[in-house]
Amino acid sequence: MFDLFKARAEAVSAEVHRFAAKGEAMEFIKETFRKEAIADAPQSYAVWTDCPFLVGEDKDALAKEFPGLAFDVTRDRSEQAKIGVTQMHWGLANTGSVCQNSSDPKERLASMLPIIHVAIIGTGQILPDLPALLETVHPKDCAYLAIISGPSRTADIERVLTIGVHGPKRLIVVCVDDLGGNN
Amino acid sequence: MANTEFKQSVDKALHNSNLSGALGRFSEAYATARVKAYEGIDFEQLRERIAAIKGYAAEHQNELAEQFTKAATARGAKVFRANSPKEVKDYIANLCREKGVKRIVKSKSMASEEIHLNDHLVKQGIQVNETDLGEWIIQLAGQTPSHMVMPAIHMTRDEVADLFSKEINERLTNDIPKLVEVARKELREKFLQADMGISGGNMAIAETGTIALVTNEGNARLTTSLPKIHVAIVGLEKLVPTWADAAPILVALPKSATSQQLTSYVSLITGPTPNDDGSMKDMHIILMDNKRSEMAADPIFKQALQCIRCASCLNVCPVYRLVGGHVFGKVYTGGIGTILTAWFDELKKSEDIQGLCIQCGNCKQVCPGKIDIPALILEIRRRLVKEQGQGVVQKAIFSVVNNRPLFHAMLRTASKTQGLVGAKEGFIRHLPLFLSGLADFRSLPAIADKPFRDVFDTIKQPVLPKKVAFYAGCLIDFAYPGMGEKLVSIMNKAGYNVTFPKGQTCCGAPARYNGAYEVAAGNATDNIKALLEEDVDYVISACPTCTGALKHEFIDVYESLGKRDMLPKARRLATKTMDFSSFVKQLVDEGKLTFKEGQSLGRITYHDSCHLKRTLHAEKEPRELLTQAGYQIDEMFECDMCCGMGGSYSLKFPEISKPILTRKLSNIKATGAPMVAMDCPGCVMQIKGGLDKDGAKITVKHTVELIDDLLS
Ligand code: SF4
Repeated sequence: MFDLFKARAEAVSAEVHRFAAKGEAMEFIKETFRKEAIADAPQSYAVWTDCPFLVGEDKDALAKEFPGLAFDVTRDRSEQAKIGVTQMHWGLANTGSVCQNSSDPKERLASMLPIIHVAIIGTGQILPDLPALLETVHPKDCAYLAIISGPSRTADIERVLTIGVHGPKRLIVVCVDDLGGNN
Repeated sequence: MANTEFKQSVDKALHNSNLSGALGRFSEAYATARVKAYEGIDFEQLRERIAAIKGYAAEHQNELAEQFTKAATARGAKVFRANSPKEVKDYIANLCREKGVKRIVKSKSMASEEIHLNDHLVKQGIQVNETDLGEWIIQLAGQTPSHMVMPAIHMTRDEVADLFSKEINERLTNDIPKLVEVARKELREKFLQADMGISGGNMAIAETGTIALVTNEGNARLTTSLPKIHVAIVGLEKLVPTWADAAPILVALPKSATSQQLTSYVSLITGPTPNDDGSMKDMHIILMDNKRSEMAADPIFKQALQCIRCASCLNVCPVYRLVGGHVFGKVYTGGIGTILTAWFDELKKSEDIQGLCIQCGNCKQVCPGKIDIPALILEIRRRLVKEQGQGVVQKAIFSVVNNRPLFHAMLRTASKTQGLVGAKEGFIRHLPLFLSGLADFRSLPAIADKPFRDVFDTIKQPVLPKKVAFYAGCLIDFAYPGMGEKLVSIMNKAGYNVTFPKGQTCCGAPARYNGAYEVAAGNATDNIKALLEEDVDYVISACPTCTGALKHEFIDVYESLGKRDMLPKARRLATKTMDFSSFVKQLVDEGKLTFKEGQSLGRITYHDSCHLKRTLHAEKEPRELLTQAGYQIDEMFECDMCCGMGGSYSLKFPEISKPILTRKLSNIKATGAPMVAMDCPGCVMQIKGGLDKDGAKITVKHTVELIDDLLS
């Protein structure tokens, strides 16, 4: 299932990385922060919504290591952020999508306003397809279900595919095999 | 007949090389990409489900609207059911006044375009910005969309650069990524400042009160997240019963629209969610009727409500790709647009645009809603004729067609006089149109000296045990009697005597295509009487349009006129009728006909005639016959794309018919095959005429002309 997910996600220009354990995934995310020069300045911030992945992590230490990283996601901060990190609830193998109950607007702010969206997902949460997702989730527990496949794109000018019109220009999917938590 | 202003807009579109270039390239790429997108999926099964879901929804519109209202209200949304465009506009204008809304961002909504919402709000002093890039471009340009999914496909990057330069007061180059970046920056500001976001809805799920929004750019997410008020305008046809029903539509929509597996963003929103300051969103859903319930109550047109607005019908339309969307009017374009315009606007508005349909059936074949678009367009034609009557010229023509002896006498006269009016030039049309040609002394080159009905009497047939009746159709009878002779010879070889009932006349297709159903019914009755007179095993025709008429249309015409007493006979005729190639294929399979051994006849390419492939579903049969006979088939690109003949079409819109033909010819030539075969005498006429003018040395043959000599 993961292989199909990865192939399909890459086909829509998402970047997919797989890690056995949370620690390695954390290292990768930190490395991404470093590479993208996350700093305490507009257009260089990072925002990270609270999520099961962060349980047991020392957020203060993280924030200290990366000045400019905030766990308090606001509209302005997200708008000025280079990276937004959110945890997703499900993946869809046959479309390479990541899906989230994003009823909390912070999830949407962090995943749609920054230039790069880092989406964390448990490998075990990957479902085969869209019908399977609709069987798994019901709107009674999910007022805003978001299904994301690759970065924002348009082909409205001369049909030339162009990435990143309103949403992120990059979607980095971080798959973690032993991701605990409540989903 | 089309009015001058309309003809001018068609002309203008045809001469806009940017438009037809962009659309042409797109439709070519689309065809291949779509096949890929649907790989591994049973499309027929998928669209069967969608048609069932949406068909059910159309039949239970009111009930589902109530269920939706209840469910969405329970979740905290305010649902308003609006009957007229005015009610929608008033509701939103009031809401703006009440909440002090000054700035609005919109994510794409065709329903709002349908009612010209922007104009109305701007007049109230409210700033309204489209945020879908294509929509924003045409908003800045002050234009209307030319395509339902790609609204600005007709514009060049230079034009967009000019527009954006003006907007931000800075000279921009035509670099597309940079232009997109400009849009991102400009519109980001508008999103952040907006007091209200207006969206459409790709679906409204009754069971749960959910709105589904599908975008690639992500503007729908921003529209529904950043402003504190969200208004969704949803046409009643977007209702689907259950949460699970969303899946098949979400699977088909992106594949059919843009050949994607899934659009970048799908949002399923059920009631308001908090704003980022912790307050609750003020969410309004407007369920808009605007004649949709009337449509749902119409036994024929309710089918159109199965549309999921994927625009694939536009992408495969040979006419649309030449003329683009603007000639269709305002909002909805192409074949389905013609139908929706006739309803949501008014029947009269579709008078000109309905004539653009060439009835090739490509759209019907790809429609994920399983809508018979060409049939609905014919129905519009019929209703227009019913409302306004037939034109004088047409009336005169059809009164002739409905009188077989007179009609045939005139054709015979035409064959005598055509030399006088200078034959050879120009191409010829499906028959009753010869007559409209008569009116302005057009050349009638292809009328034979002796019609098949006379030739038939001179053919000596052996006495054989079984019998088929041959239905020639006007074209073989009066233009290509040689095809008829070949057919008789082939049938004799298979052990069938051929009868040619002399009472047979025009199949009624021209009348039907012009909305003259009474005339078509008269033709049907004459033909049924003639063809059922003698007891035969089969009725065979070598013209797919005629075969389609005998097999399906007679029944449809009687049904739509309520002539139920004629139905049993029409059905009997239908069961006996077969097209030439399918019948011969059957004879070969049964061992009644065999091809000579070991013939190697070289390369050939095959053109699928619209009605053979899409009405009669005979696609393999002629190919298998030609291959079994010893030909090697080199398939041409777009082998099943219309040649532009379309019966009277080539006469009404020669300016459209011609480029369609040109494209067909270049596809034929590109195969390098010295011969092209097809199964329709109309296509033979069009393609032969075209190649003749063109000077290419390619032989054009009806399959019936090829088979006889190759049989043992
Ligand atoms: S009519 Fe069919 S093909 Fe055309 S837009 Fe609607 S669903 Fe798509």
